[in-house]
Amino acid sequence: MRPIMLDGMIHLAFVLLFPPLLLGVINKTKAAFAGRVGPPLLQTYYDVAKLLRKGSVFSRTTTWVFRAGPVVGLATTLLVALIVPLGGHAAPLHFEGDFILFAYALALGRFFTVAAALDTGSAFEGMGGAREVAFSCLAEPALFLALLVVARATGTLSLSEMLGPHLAGVWSTAGAALAAVAVSLFVVLLVENCRIPFDDPNTHLELTMIHEVMVLDHGGPALGLIQYGASIKLFVFAALLLGIVVPLGASAPWFAVPALAVALIGVAVAVGVLESVMARLRLTQIPTLLVAASLMSAFGVVLLARS
Amino acid sequence: MSEPLAVAALSLALASALPGALPRRFERAAERISALLMIAGAACGLLAGFLALAPGAASSPLELPWSIPAGRIAIEVDALSAVFLIQISLIAALGSVYGLEYWSQRAHPGSGSRLRAAYGVVTAGMLLVVIARNGVLFLIGWELMALAAFVALTAEHEKPAVRSAGYIYLLATRTGTLGLYAMFALLLAASGTLDFDGWAGALRSGTANGVFLLALLGFGLKAGIVPLHVWLPSAHAAAPSHVSALMSGVLIKMGIYGLVRITSLCDAPPVWWGEALLGLGVISAVLGVALALGQHDLKRLLAYHSVENIGIICLGLGVALIGRSSGRPSLIVLGMAGALLHTWNHGLFKALLFLSAGSVLHATGTREIDRLGGLRRRMPATALAFLVGAVAICGLPPLNGLISELLVYLGLFRTAVGATASSWPYGALAATALALVGGLAIACFTKVFGAVFLGSPRSPDGASAHESGRAMLVPMGVLALLCAAIGLGAPLLAPVLDAAVGIWAAETPLTSLAELAPLRTVALVNGGLVALCALLALWLGARVRGAQPTLPTWDCGFAPPAPRAQYTASSFADLLLRSLTWILYPVREAPEPGGLFPRAGRFQSHLPDTVLDRAVLPTAALASRALARLRPIQQGSVHLYLLYILATVVALLVWR
Repeated sequence: MRPIMLDGMIHLAFVLLFPPLLLGVINKTKAAFAGRVGPPLLQTYYDVAKLLRKGSVFSRTTTWVFRAGPVVGLATTLLVALIVPLGGHAAPLHFEGDFILFAYALALGRFFTVAAALDTGSAFEGMGGAREVAFSCLAEPALFLALLVVARATGTLSLSEMLGPHLAGVWSTAGAALAAVAVSLFVVLLVENCRIPFDDPNTHLELTMIHEVMVLDHGGPALGLIQYGASIKLFVFAALLLGIVVPLGASAPWFAVPALAVALIGVAVAVGVLESVMARLRLTQIPTLLVAASLMSAFGVVLLARS
Repeated sequence: MSEPLAVAALSLALASALPGALPRRFERAAERISALLMIAGAACGLLAGFLALAPGAASSPLELPWSIPAGRIAIEVDALSAVFLIQISLIAALGSVYGLEYWSQRAHPGSGSRLRAAYGVVTAGMLLVVIARNGVLFLIGWELMALAAFVALTAEHEKPAVRSAGYIYLLATRTGTLGLYAMFALLLAASGTLDFDGWAGALRSGTANGVFLLALLGFGLKAGIVPLHVWLPSAHAAAPSHVSALMSGVLIKMGIYGLVRITSLCDAPPVWWGEALLGLGVISAVLGVALALGQHDLKRLLAYHSVENIGIICLGLGVALIGRSSGRPSLIVLGMAGALLHTWNHGLFKALLFLSAGSVLHATGTREIDRLGGLRRRMPATALAFLVGAVAICGLPPLNGLISELLVYLGLFRTAVGATASSWPYGALAATALALVGGLAIACFTKVFGAVFLGSPRSPDGASAHESGRAMLVPMGVLALLCAAIGLGAPLLAPVLDAAVGIWAAETPLTSLAELAPLRTVALVNGGLVALCALLALWLGARVRGAQPTLPTWDCGFAPPAPRAQYTASSFADLLLRSLTWILYPVREAPEPGGLFPRAGRFQSHLPDTVLDRAVLPTAALASRALARLRPIQQGSVHLYLLYILATVVALLVWR
C-alpha cells in the first residue's frame, strides 16, 4: 500500500508544481533563437501568482457561465493529469477505458471554455470558439486512433497499462507503428495546446488566434486559473507522448522523476524550436494537417494488422 | 405481477384520450383529468417495469385465446420489455404535464383535445408494442402508435410545412409497416406460428437473413437509421414540443426495441449482422451530427441529433451481435448494456432538450437560432435545463451520456483489440468515428447553447421573452435530475442492465456488467469532478466578490458592437461545414452587390438533407412520372377500392 500512496503523492506534486516551468522553457528557447535574453524560466509562476492576487473586471453581458469557464477548465485538466501515467508508473486513477474519460473530460473543459467565450457576446471570441471546436473535432479521431494502436499493440485498455512496463518490448516488434503514433500525438499536442503551426500564443491581440482570443475578456484570478490550466494541459500531452517515445519501464521513482523531468523539458525545447523556425499555417490548411495526423495513426493500425 | 399492471397502464393511457369528448364547458377539467389518467397509467407502467427488473423477478405470461387466425393475446413483461416500459411511462407522463401549459386547451381550442387524444393512443400503442408476444398483437400496437403519432404531429395542420412533414412521415411509416408485414409473413411461413417464442427454429434456418433485412427496413424506418431517417427531422420539427419529446425520446426507440427483440430470438446470428449494424451506426452517427451542425432551426437540429444517437445505439447493438456470433460474452454485455442504457439516456436528455426548446419557442415564438440570443437572463431555468441536456448529449462527464457511451466505446475497443475476431477493423473504424461524432456534437451544442442563450438578444423576439411556468419547468427539472442521477449513480444500474442483457442472450453464460466496466470508479470520478468544480467555484466566487459588471465587453477601443454583430450560429458552424462538404451540400446564396449604386446585399444559407434531397426526392419524382399511367385506377371512391380488395382476395383464393 505504501509505495502506491507514495507514488500518488509524487504524481500529484509533480503535476501541480512542474507544468508552469515548461512554458518558461519554451519561451527561453524562442528567445535564444531570436538572440534575446527572454523572460526568466519561472515567469509563468510569477504571472499566475500575480494574477491570482489581482482584482477582477467583468463585462455587463456576462453571467455565471463566463465564470464557470475557467473553473471547469482547470478542474477537468487536473482530472486528466491524474489519469495520465508518468514515467511508466501507474497513474493514481487507472481503470479500463480511462483514456475515454481522459478525452471526454478535456472535452467538458472545452465546452465550458467555449461557452464562457460566447457569453461575452463578442464576435472575436465567437470566432475563437468556433475554431477551437472545429480543430478539436479533427484532433479527437487522431488521438483515439493513436491510442487504439497502443491498445492493440499491448492488448490493454487502460492508459497506465498501455504506457506501462511492457511498452518497451513493443518497440522491438511494432516500432514503426509506434513511431507513426508518436508523430500523430505530437501534432495533437500542438493543436490541443494551441501552439504554432496551429495558433500563435504570442500575438496577444485579437488577430489570429484560437485559445488566446477565447479568454480575451477574462482577467485577474480567472485568467490565472486559465494560464495555470493551460500549462498543466501542455504537461499532460507531453507526458502522454513521452509515455510512448521514452518507455522508462518499471524504474524506481528516484530515477523516473528526474528522467521524466529532463524528457519533458526536451519536449518543451522541441516545441520552442518548432515555433522559432515555422510560421503559423493559414487557417484553411489546418484541417489538412489534422487529417494527416489521423492518417499517420491509421497507418499505425494497418501496420499492426499486418503483423 | 407485472403483466396486469402493464395492462392497467395501457388501459389508463387509452382512457386519457377520452376526456376530450366531454362538453366544452368542462374542457379545463378535461385536460387535467386526461393528464391525471396519464400519470396514473405511468405510475402503473413504472411499477410494472421495476417489478420486472427486481432481482429474482420471473415473468408470468398472460395468455388468452383469440379468434383471429394466428393471433393470440400473449402478453409478457420481461426485463427487456421493462427497460422500454419504464422510459415510455416516464416520458409520456412528464410530457402530458408539460402539455397542460404548453398546449393548453384555452390557447389551442381547435387542436387541444385532438392532440391529447392522439397522445394517449400513441402511448398506449407503444406500451402494447413492448409487452406483446404475438405478431398480430404487436402489429396492432405498432399501428396504433404510428397512426396516432401522425395525428399528434400534425396538430397545426393549417401550416403547409406541418402538412408536408406529416405526409412524409405517413409514407415512411406505411413503408415500414409493409416491411414488418413481410417479416411476420416470412416468419409465419417458416415456423407456422406468429407467437414470438415459436420462432427460434425459423431464425436458425436460411430464413433468418431475410427476416433480419426486413426487420432492418421496418424497424430501421421507425428508428431513423440513415438512409431511412428522411421523415424524422421535419416530423420532429413540426410536432408540438412535448410530442417531439415523446417521439424522439421513446417512439423511435420502438424501432430499436423491435431489432433487439427479433435478434434476441436468434441464438446464432451470422457475423455480418453485427458488422452491418456497426456500418449503419457509423453512417447514421456521422451524417446525423454533421447535418445537425448546419441547421438553423432549433428543433430540426435536435431531431438530427436523434439520428446521431440512434447511430450510437446501433453501434452498441452491432458489438453485442458480433459478440454473440463469435462467442465473446464480454462483447455481448458491454454492447447490449451500452445500447439499452443509451436508449434510456437519450430518452432523458433528448426529451429534456425538446422540452427546453419548446419553452424557448413558447416564450419567443421562433425556432430560428440566429434570431435568438441572451435568453439566459430572462429564462434562467430553461437555460440551465438546456445546458444540462447539452452536456449530457455530448457524452461529457459527469452526466448520464458518458456512462452509456463509455460502455459502447469499451465494446468497440474490445472488438478492435481482440486479436482473434475478424470483425476488428469494424470496431476500429467505429471507435474512431465515435470520437469524431463526439467532437462534432460538442461543436453543435456549444453553437446552439451559445447562440440561443448566451450573449445579447439578436432580435425583439428574444428581448421580450419570459420564463415558462411551473407545469413546464417541473418536468424539465425532473429530467435534468435524472440525467445527473444516472451519471453519479451508474453502478446501481448494473444489475438492471444485467437482467435485460440476460434475456437477450439467454443461451450464453454472461459475466456481470459490474466486473466488465469500471462503473463504480467512473461514478466516483464524476462525483470528484463535481466536488472539485464546486471548490474552485467557491474560491473564485470569494475571490471576485464585489466585482460589479459595469463595463462592456472589450471592444478593441472602437464603438461597442451592436448585438446583431455577434458571431451567429451559422458563422460558428461554417468552418466545420466547409470541411465536411464530402458528405454535405450546403447551399449558399449571396448575390454580389455591384454597379455604381449597389443595392443592399443579403446572405442566405441552407443545408439540405443529403439523402432526402439528393436521392429520395429525385427518385420519387422519377417514379411518380413513370407511374402516371396508373393514375386512372385511383378514382378516390371507396366502392372502387372495396372492389379491388374483393378482386384480390378472390384471385388469391383461386390461386391457392
